[in-house]
Amino acid sequence: MDTSLGSAVGLIGRDGRTLADVSQTGRLGHAEAIGSLLEQVLAAAPSPESDDEPDPDPLTHVAAGMGPGPFTGLRIGIAAARAFALGRGVPVIAVPSHHAAALEVIETDAPAEPFAILTDARRRETAVTVYEGIDVDGIPHAVVDTVLVPQADVDRKLGALRRIEVTAISGAAVARIARRAVAAGRTLTGSEPLYLRPPDARVPSAPKKVGP
Amino acid sequence: MTDQPLVLGIETSCDETGIGIVRGRTLLSNTIASSMDEHARYGGVVPEVAARAHLEEMQPAIERALAEAQVRLEDLDAVAVTSGPGLAGALMVGIGAAKGLAVSLGKPLYAVNHLVGHIAADILTPDSVPLEYPTIALLVSGGHTSLLHVRDLTTDVELLGETVDDAAGEAFDKVARILGLPYPGGPEIDRAAVGGDPAAIRFPRGLSRASDLEKHRYDFSFSGLKTAVARWIEREQAAGSEIPVADVAASFREAVVDVLVTKALAACADRGVPRLLLGGGVIANRRLREVALARAAEVGATVRIPPLSLCTDNGAMIAGLAAELIASGRQPSTLAFGADSTLPVTEIQVAEDRASAEDAPVRAGLEVG
Ligand SMILES: [Zn+2]
Repeated sequence: MDTSLGSAVGLIGRDGRTLADVSQTGRLGHAEAIGSLLEQVLAAAPSPESDDEPDPDPLTHVAAGMGPGPFTGLRIGIAAARAFALGRGVPVIAVPSHHAAALEVIETDAPAEPFAILTDARRRETAVTVYEGIDVDGIPHAVVDTVLVPQADVDRKLGALRRIEVTAISGAAVARIARRAVAAGRTLTGSEPLYLRPPDARVPSAPKKVGP
Repeated sequence: MTDQPLVLGIETSCDETGIGIVRGRTLLSNTIASSMDEHARYGGVVPEVAARAHLEEMQPAIERALAEAQVRLEDLDAVAVTSGPGLAGALMVGIGAAKGLAVSLGKPLYAVNHLVGHIAADILTPDSVPLEYPTIALLVSGGHTSLLHVRDLTTDVELLGETVDDAAGEAFDKVARILGLPYPGGPEIDRAAVGGDPAAIRFPRGLSRASDLEKHRYDFSFSGLKTAVARWIEREQAAGSEIPVADVAASFREAVVDVLVTKALAACADRGVPRLLLGGGVIANRRLREVALARAAEVGATVRIPPLSLCTDNGAMIAGLAAELIASGRQPSTLAFGADSTLPVTEIQVAEDRASAEDAPVRAGLEVG
């Protein structure tokens, strides 16, 4: 599950094959979309012949895209992923969302050179992660961890580096990253979303004068 | 379903992550994780701080609630969640979790109104006589100040009035700051008011003049009161006087309490409903409870006050409201609803799946028993 950009839910089988990958683009409406997307994807899951039989091939892990992304939407997918996993009694695997975008780039055109994944971070900033190939576990290798770059500085900072502006994350790609992390016994990121910014709040100074 | 449904409720409209579990009207768990301490240094609830805390607290709170209630997720008959009103970003965390949980378990989901949830808190009180309808309800917290006419909990709630600016709880926070007291202001003002004279300073009663009462008979305004307190202090300071903090605190609190109780009892009289239900976190204020009880007794109205743990925002009231909806035969919500930060109180349940209601061969209400 990933709601760092649009809302995306994917399902992969034990062999890594994509069974379903649905999404709703646009940043608004994550809360509205997430439940129906989940339902759609579950319809593609292997199911028991009847209600009385045990599930022959139960879900084993839930992968959550941890951002970066606009916080309000990002949290909805993580909250849904955690609660869904709790309902099934399975673990949540936290996945940096840019890893999933990078994996799709690598799978489709295997760039020989490093490249940057760029996503809109709002407030005239861009979230940037630089990748180079995949590591021994098959996970995109981040050579520069995610940073926020003012939009006006992107040209100067990235220079000739190939840029890939991403506007959608695939749920199935998030799942594939998680599958590889589980196989390698690795933790890719912590349980806190990749906020990259402190909460927007000011500690008040002394009480203001209310003038007559 | 059943008239004793086992429901887990999720409430994240402000700074409390509330998970409640009820079986019908029986409370099994009222688990609350508050991020209040994190807001203290900001002097008020910061929506982004609240939303971050909800996400971190959600799973542990659900697990604690299940352990306390001694039930398993598989045993649930339904999941319930607050759709609004409240802070949008905070509400959405609860909605995401509720949808994830409901779909995961294959259980029906009920999206409900937070304010009506406050009324439902009363039915979870053990050994008290059932809530009698109709009743006037006064809900007072840091997020809302609303006066309601409740004819039926699940079908007929009317908004009589609400605050046009600050919520009463906010006024306590702001005046506490003016007095140099920490957040949250309610208990601090109470402490400061000990020994103070509530009649020492006549602070204004918002929207209480005859000219205001025409249009705003049941509405509240606390922003002018806060400014009046600030001005009064400044004048005294300019005159070189010592500020009588206890008198200021007691007089301010009296002004808030007076307006709240006067308008609530006016509604009781106008509507011919001699019953007043109190709810919301500000009900923790002892002076408010005392004045409400005393003045209601004078006019022969009864006052109901749920236990304070059910007055502050909590998930049990959300579960309790959903349990009543289920028992009355209402269909679950569709999965398409979102957060509505200004959800009107008339929308007791959001996005009821009416299509499946029409398909149902017998109204579920008739099967209950
Ligand atoms: Zn409330």
